[in-house]
Amino acid sequence: MTETALLQATNVRKHFGKIEVLKGIDLTVRQGQVVSLIGASGSGKTTFLRCVNLLEEHDGGEILLDGDPIGYRMAGETRKRLSETKISAQRARIGMVFQQFNLFPHLTAGQNVMLGLTKVQGKSTAEAREIADHWLGRVGLAERRDHYPYQLSGGQQQRVAIARAVAMQPRLLLFDEVTSALDPELVAEVLGVMQALAESGMTMLLVSHEMLFVREVSHHVLFLDQGRVAQAGAPSEVFDNPESERLRSFLGRFHGIFSR
Amino acid sequence: MDFSMAPGTFLFEAWQARASLLSGLGVTMLSSALSIVIATVCGILMGVALSYGWWWLRLLARLYVDLMRGIPVLVLILFTYYGLALFGVNVAAFWAGVIALGAFATAHVAENFRGAVESVPAGQMEAAKAIGLSFGKRLYYVILPQAFRRMLPPWVNTGLEIVKGTTLLSIIGVVELLLSVQQQMARNYMIIDFYLLATVFYLIINFTLAQLGALLERKTSYLRY
Repeated sequence: MTETALLQATNVRKHFGKIEVLKGIDLTVRQGQVVSLIGASGSGKTTFLRCVNLLEEHDGGEILLDGDPIGYRMAGETRKRLSETKISAQRARIGMVFQQFNLFPHLTAGQNVMLGLTKVQGKSTAEAREIADHWLGRVGLAERRDHYPYQLSGGQQQRVAIARAVAMQPRLLLFDEVTSALDPELVAEVLGVMQALAESGMTMLLVSHEMLFVREVSHHVLFLDQGRVAQAGAPSEVFDNPESERLRSFLGRFHGIFSR
Repeated sequence: MDFSMAPGTFLFEAWQARASLLSGLGVTMLSSALSIVIATVCGILMGVALSYGWWWLRLLARLYVDLMRGIPVLVLILFTYYGLALFGVNVAAFWAGVIALGAFATAHVAENFRGAVESVPAGQMEAAKAIGLSFGKRLYYVILPQAFRRMLPPWVNTGLEIVKGTTLLSIIGVVELLLSVQQQMARNYMIIDFYLLATVFYLIINFTLAQLGALLERKTSYLRY
């Protein structure tokens, strides 16, 4: 493997007060890969994802995006926090989709997608509208462009949120349990959009409890347990040969899904 | 009450005094409008400081808000007018009143703003960060539009309080509506009639202001979760 990693995390640590939630996470995501984090709640998956996008700041180790350290620069031995402007610029290279959608309620679906295009990337309104229309079409919501979030179902809102993130053409897309807040019958439409994105070569890092989906789309799966990577590998290895008792018991909870 | 226009009746007296009454009404409306503008602009800036400022800025803003909320407006008005004069700063009575009312209401707007901003779900700020918006743009395009909707009802209340508060400017000799009415009474002793007239004027101003607020609320009613 000679190509450099798009995202390279080394020994990432994070404390909340006295509690250490990340105890040294190593992770590599290459261009075009889909990498998934699984694990029980409280295992640190979401915290790690939020560190990648600087919604949380890691306090040890290093996260590199295209070789650039996220959030900090090294001045000799000490870490210096980057300026707000530089942090915003780094965030613009990473897209994120949230569990609770977080669409802007005062903007229509189209305006939600256009905001970053015009105000961060400086595109003209006409160009931004064209891009927004394209992506809303790709997630199957072209005709909902002028609807406000409250006029959309949860699944539709989440698809708009995905369009908002992809439209920025990020290097990497983060998905944080994006189907967990959805009614069961709405999950499939969102997973469908994500699968299409994965097949189009989008680089994705996801936290999910949709094991069947994780197994199907991921190139690499990491099982996090109490702030550590307990097992990592190809989906078949992790799902079929769980090394630890904790992974076995974790997967056991999804047993019904796999036997079908 | 005699509603004929004969000399010595209320309507006659009011008509005779129309120039000074209208001037008083004008002063009331102008001082209210200026105070509301000052309070809104300064209040929002101070609200931003309260919500997002560095610790020392938050502390200063907090001190200001608590100080202003703890002082009677009348004391503030008297201090601005007479107190500053002691330090050699001479401010015209009208402006002393406007500044005092504006400074007082700034504290209220700042608190309302802070409350409104904090009631916007944290996910909104995170989503705005995630698309790479800078702090100013996150505030302007994402947080403020949502906070304004929540700020509107208390903001209208503050406006109503300011209009009523302008009556206190009569103490430092600003001939606003109340004082101009009282000046008429001193001439014709029609106390009840002229107080009623003042009441009607104040009601009309405040009713209009409240309706304006209600209109704004309807205009922004798309903002739901």
